[in-house]
This record gives sequence, structure tokens and C-alpha cells, in this order.
Amino acid sequence: MNRASLIFGALLLIVLPLSLLAGRVWIDPFDVAGSGSNAALILMELRLPRAALAVIIGAGLGAAGASMQGYLRNPLADPGLFGIAPMAALGAVASFWFGFSSAWALPVAALTGAALGMGMLAVIAGRTGGIALFTLAGLMIASLAGALTALAITLSPNAFAMSEIVMWLNGALTDRSWSEVWLAAPLVAVGMAVLMIAARSLDALTLGDEAARSMGINSGALLWLLIVGVGLTVGVSVAVAGIIGFVGLIVPHLVRPLTDRLPSSLILPSALAGALLVLIADCAVRILPLVTELRLGIALSLIGAPFFLWLLLKMRRGLV
Amino acid sequence: MSLVVENLSLERANETVVDGVSSAIGQSQITAICGPNGAGKSSLLMGLAGLLEAASGKVKLGDAALGSLTPQTRAQRIGYLPQSAEIAWDVSVENIVRLGRLPYGDRGDAAVEAAIAALDLEAFRTRSASQLSGGERARVLLARVLAGEPDWILADEPLAALDLAHQLNLLNHLRGAAHGGAGVILVLHDLAQAMNYADRVLVLDGGKLAADGPPHQALSEAIIAQVWGVNARWIGDNGARALVAS
Repeated sequence: MNRASLIFGALLLIVLPLSLLAGRVWIDPFDVAGSGSNAALILMELRLPRAALAVIIGAGLGAAGASMQGYLRNPLADPGLFGIAPMAALGAVASFWFGFSSAWALPVAALTGAALGMGMLAVIAGRTGGIALFTLAGLMIASLAGALTALAITLSPNAFAMSEIVMWLNGALTDRSWSEVWLAAPLVAVGMAVLMIAARSLDALTLGDEAARSMGINSGALLWLLIVGVGLTVGVSVAVAGIIGFVGLIVPHLVRPLTDRLPSSLILPSALAGALLVLIADCAVRILPLVTELRLGIALSLIGAPFFLWLLLKMRRGLV
Repeated sequence: MSLVVENLSLERANETVVDGVSSAIGQSQITAICGPNGAGKSSLLMGLAGLLEAASGKVKLGDAALGSLTPQTRAQRIGYLPQSAEIAWDVSVENIVRLGRLPYGDRGDAAVEAAIAALDLEAFRTRSASQLSGGERARVLLARVLAGEPDWILADEPLAALDLAHQLNLLNHLRGAAHGGAGVILVLHDLAQAMNYADRVLVLDGGKLAADGPPHQALSEAIIAQVWGVNARWIGDNGARALVAS
């Protein structure tokens, strides 16, 4: 475990219990029983699953972002480039559209969409393992999924369904329960394990595709690992929380200076830092004094977009 | 052990780029692959490294077909230095060299230290890639190949973009590796360097082998006129020859 993992791991251990106390109702840590009869219930049934989900989703998105940047050798790469998140969103929107939005139907539909996106990527770009074809295929899938999602919104059967779809697309952890945690945890764990397997191959890609292949890296197998690893982490994240952008883009940048900059050194600390970022952002949207809770996806975009601009300016000056 | 090419043809984008080449290349020597632009030099080198699948014919490492080796075994035996000096992330010199151990999956401290020492990188082992000059970067990338302790070093135009001093420095390092027993195969554009440093030269023309032999034969004035379409003559003594247009 490297220094960055220790730092973000320690911060997560500090912030996680504190986050459970924050919200519209503040909980006294020294008097949970006396804070009112609902305190323990709020903690166990609302805050804890929500925090667990923030950690799981953030970790998956952070690890996926670090892996994607390593694979594409581009600090501006984002897991969204795969088109898997928009496909998962399309699956979820379809379940709203057809009126199947129960606790299990929605995430299962979103996971089906993610799996379809992964399958399309594999069919189009999987045989050659070429990065250019892969990126273009991802963009095409994202564009198609975006268009179909917009079509579904336009043709919503009623105003309530349209409002539900739009709210859901904005991403949130509000009202999530243990059932989402049990669905997300194993799938994200498998996805992250797959990305960890790919880590050393991503290191080899630092010296280019030809050099990596000459070092024994099988580029086709690596592409499959990336599709499965990113597909699971990002697909599950969309399935249980909607679209939560920018985490996969921002986090590797924050972490990279604290590591030796090899992709393999970045995946675990990016997972920990991603968990931390989503956890803090979710606390912030809970305690902001707004009439309705700010959607987590919007909050992270509000943080992420200026960060992205700052990054572009920094790159223009040749500092990245 | 020889790297043997038997009637090898290679294709890229459905075009034949190497056409029926046969040769047997030995270790403990520098073999140069020369030819005009588009002659198939880089493709042949990639074929020799097992990075391009043969359209027909085969490449053998000793008695074993290259394609029958696992990617790891092939990578342990053959170190390949691409023409591109790409280093995507601002990684330290030591970590770049250590990437050479990937085919073994170990840290290989002794091999890494030996490679760093062989290319005089000790003074800036902690420096990051962005702080390296072109010459230093070329040495670091060659050290990465050496850290894998390969039996063969295949390099595609390793002298491109280097000034004269760095070119000679790198050639001396490669000659040292050949004296140490490695087989060194280089794609070279500079015919004078091929003449002065190589023990053997393969000349390609339109994907076919136009000449194969010691430099003074393979790069004779007649071959240069035939393959490059340039009337030129060699001046100077053995080991310090220069080519001038006549």
C-alpha cells in the first residue's frame, strides 16, 4: 500500500463516522440513544446505507477513472467515454418509461443497459484491441444512448414520469436502502478486482502500445479486462445512484502527484479518494440549507466542471 | 542461438510490406536493417519481435516457432525498443527502467541496477521523464530493454532525433551488449553508421531482401545505386567510412 492510499484511507476512516452525524437532523455522537427515538433508526436505516453506497460508488468511479486514464494514456479520459454510463442510464429510463421502477427493477434494468453497452463495445472494438477504434466506439454508443434517453424523455407517457426520469438522471443517494448496498457492493468489488488485475498491463502502456506488447502484454485481453472492470463499476454506480459525473476525472488528478504516477499505483488510492469525495459531496448536499436537497450529480458537476476548465488551462501551459 | 526467418511475408492494412524474406541472424553481433522509406524495415523488425503476425512463412527462435512461445516467454527473450520515445506519465527514470522487468513479474533489483549503471543513469535515477533531454530519454528507454536481460535487442531507428555525440554513445552501448552475447538488430537510416558499426546488414527494397551480408558487400556502391537510386561512393578507412554523393 502506497503513501497516497494510506492518506486517503485514513481520511476516509475519519470522515465516514462523522458523515453519519451530518444532515437535516444532526445527531449527537455521545448520546445517540438520547438524541430522540429516531436517531438510531436514522443512523441504521438512512445514513449508514447512504454512506456505504457513497463509499462503494465513489470507490468504483475513482478506480474506473484511474484505469481509463492509464489505458488511454490521457489525463482527460473519463469512464463516461466508454458509453457504458449512458447505456445504463438508458436502461433505467426505459424502466421508468414502462412503469417498472421498483427497488429491484430499476437497477436491474440499468445493469442490463450497462451490459448491453459493454457487449456493443466488445463486438465493435474487442477483436482488434485498438485504442482509437475503442474510443470512437465508446463515443458512438454514448451518443446513441443519449439520443434515445432524450427521445424517451420527450415521449414520456405523463408529466410525472418525465419528472421522475429527469430527477433520477441527475444522480442522488437520497432514500437509498440496504438493498442497493447489497446489490452494488459485490459487483463493484468484482469490477475493482478486475481493474487491479489489469494494473501492471496499464503500466506497460505508459511506453506506448508497441512497447507494451513487446513486454508480453496481450492488448486484446487488456481491453476485455477494462470493459468488464469499468462496465461493472460504472454500470452499478448508475444503476443505484443515477449519473454521477466528474469523479472518475477529478480524483486521479488529485491523487497522481502523491504517487509515482504509474497507473498501477493510482487505482487503489483513486478508489479511496473517490469514496471520500462522494461521501463529502453527499454530506454537503444533505446539509446545504436549500428547500429541496441538491442532487448529488448536479453538485459534483458544479465542482467538476470548473476543475476540468482549470485542468485544461493548466495543460495549455504545459504543466500537466 | 539464431533468429531465423523463413520465407516471411507480412501484411499491414491488407498490403504486403515484407515479401518472402529468408535469413538467419546470429547473436553476439550487430545486424542492421537498411532500406529506403517504405521498404518494410520497421515491419520486418516487428515481425522478428513477434509483434506482427506472419501472413506466410515463419520466424523461429532457435528451433521454436516464435508464435508458439507465450507472450511472456517471448518478451523475456526478445527486448524491443520502438521508434516512438513515448512516456505517457511523468514517471521517474528508475521506474521506467523497472518496467523492463514486467515480463518476469519481479522487481529484478540486480538487473535494474546493472541497466542503470550500463547506461550511466545513476546521477538522475530519481529524475522524472519530463526533465530528460532527448539523449537521456533514449538511454533510459534502452536501459528499460536491458533490464529485461533479453537474449535479443531489437531497436527501430534508435538514433533518430539524437545528436552525433548521443548517437555514438548509444551505438557504443549497443556494441557492448553485443559483445556481452546479445543479438542486436537495428533499423538504421544512416548507411555510414550501418557500415561502421554493424557486423552484418540486411538491405530491403519494396519488402524484398535486396542484399544480406557483411556491410562492405551489402552496402556496396552498386547496391546503393540499385536500391536507393543514388550514385554515391565510400571514402575513409574501415570503421570510419563516410558516404558522399558522386
